[in-house]
Amino acid sequence: MAIESRSTPTTADGPPSSSPGASAGSKRSDGVTIAGIALRTPYWVFTGAVGLIFLAPLVWTAVASVSPLAGTNQVDGWGFGNYETLSAYQAGIWRYLGNSAFVSLLTVALTLTISFLGGYAFARFKFPGKNILFLVTLAILMVPYATLLIPLYVLLNQVGLQNSLVGVALVLTMFQLPFSTFLMRISFEAVPRQLDEAAMVDGCSSFGALWRVLLPAVKPGLITVGLFAFLAAWNDFMAPLILINDTERMTLPLAVSNLRGQVQGVVDYGATEAGVVVLALPCIVLFLLLQRHYVRGFMSGALKG
Amino acid sequence: MTVTAPSRPPSAAKRGRARPRGRQALLGWLYATPTAVFVVALFAIPLLLVVKMSVSKWPLLTGDQGLNAPDNFVKAVNHRFFTDSVVFTIKYTVLATVLLLALGLGLALLVQESSRWNNLLRASFLIPSALGLASASLLFYVLYSPYASPLAPVMDSLGFTFLGSPNAALFSTTFLIVWRYAGFYMVLMLVGLQGIPADVYEAARSDGASRWQTFRKVTLPLLRPTLALTTVLCVTGSLLAFEQFYILTKGGPDNSTITVVQLIYMVAFQGQNDLGVAAAISVIVLAALVLINALQLRAFRSEES
Repeated sequence: MAIESRSTPTTADGPPSSSPGASAGSKRSDGVTIAGIALRTPYWVFTGAVGLIFLAPLVWTAVASVSPLAGTNQVDGWGFGNYETLSAYQAGIWRYLGNSAFVSLLTVALTLTISFLGGYAFARFKFPGKNILFLVTLAILMVPYATLLIPLYVLLNQVGLQNSLVGVALVLTMFQLPFSTFLMRISFEAVPRQLDEAAMVDGCSSFGALWRVLLPAVKPGLITVGLFAFLAAWNDFMAPLILINDTERMTLPLAVSNLRGQVQGVVDYGATEAGVVVLALPCIVLFLLLQRHYVRGFMSGALKG
Repeated sequence: MTVTAPSRPPSAAKRGRARPRGRQALLGWLYATPTAVFVVALFAIPLLLVVKMSVSKWPLLTGDQGLNAPDNFVKAVNHRFFTDSVVFTIKYTVLATVLLLALGLGLALLVQESSRWNNLLRASFLIPSALGLASASLLFYVLYSPYASPLAPVMDSLGFTFLGSPNAALFSTTFLIVWRYAGFYMVLMLVGLQGIPADVYEAARSDGASRWQTFRKVTLPLLRPTLALTTVLCVTGSLLAFEQFYILTKGGPDNSTITVVQLIYMVAFQGQNDLGVAAAISVIVLAALVLINALQLRAFRSEES
């Protein structure tokens, strides 16, 4: 089915060069002829429908969050009643947004700093224990989230970080390290050594070369790392679920999840929709703005295998 | 570490080895220190602690009460939901992996040629993956509800609800996961497909291979590294499923959709409050995961030779 529609026009009059494997740049001319359009139409309809399946739930939620529904704060007419419910929930949405923003930004800052320095160390220096440290960092990927969160809950209690957003950010940073360290290492390795060596010959210290010469060169890698760290921290559910038990300090996903079934077990679906919109909006905006960096992050993950 | 490494004669110092070795090692460690601190404090120590907890009596509120091996493991295996959760998790993993890999590959074949329309399609397949798993689960929680869903009339007339029966709940949750992750696997498959040289397809075509034959005998075998990576990723992710079931089904109906990670959470924080048994299940999960991944990698490798 899918394979069929991939290269429909090749049977018609496609030049032999248009093989399925080749991708970019090999534009075919049969898109403009009437026969080409006729052949292409089922393909467009089919793929368009598949695309719609992916978009429809998002669009529906956005629309439903402002449309009337019995049992919500938006009973008749369109409006932002559900968002009002959301903003009045327990400590208030602004508190939860603030908590989520704090955790996310701290995670991003820590992840960027650690992987920037670590990537430089792994790419440019030889030191005893380097390979072991790198392998152990990657091994974080192999260990289940829950397996680590149980002891982390105990450990954070012992050092006074129980119920703390800083503790959550530290844990989330650790979970980001395999991907970010790996990506920053290959980013630094892709920069020719002559660049930083020239800077050092000119009298830069190694940190000066890192800061002034290499930082601009690895900026795309940093954007990818930062984007993934933000999305992971903003959306994380399990770490705050286990590590936070104070309603004042919950993050937004946890708050929206708890919001269901507050009023005597009756679920306020409207407010939940509003919560999903507030949760999803920053992610979708970032995705649309930084799509290239986003896809590149996935691809570097694939090349590793 | 070392203060030695006297400056070598400049003629001996090649361009690439301008820095003395001891200083280089010291600098390398300096840059790698933040990584090492995080990996040790938040990964290595918790990993050791969870092993210790798994052989200790460790209630949630009172903490360590001394060794009791192997009580926790006996209790874990004899837990009334242990077998059910293992069976359900495996069932879900097989279903999700088969669907996600097939759909990921199908979508990739559908949009692998670069064109405006295909770029638009790729973006729409990928947008759900920017959402958090918790947000996506909340979205579908509303979408599947018999009250607020746009499909409510359909459910009414068919006398069926999306989360009402064990099988319906499993399939509905799997649909959510496919919606959320298909774009991600599509990108990984696209990377793999781009790695297949175009002239292989030329050769297959000039030998008169049909499109299906080409797919079976050329595309699939050459895609094996990508298939290995995606299988490992998907199996690992699915075995550790938590949020989707915690939010969407809460383990119901009739405790039919409890996953292993959910069981860990229940034992640790919901009622039983026994961190020791939770740690024991975590250790079992970790061991199983390492074993399963090793087997998968071996299977893919032996097929190759």
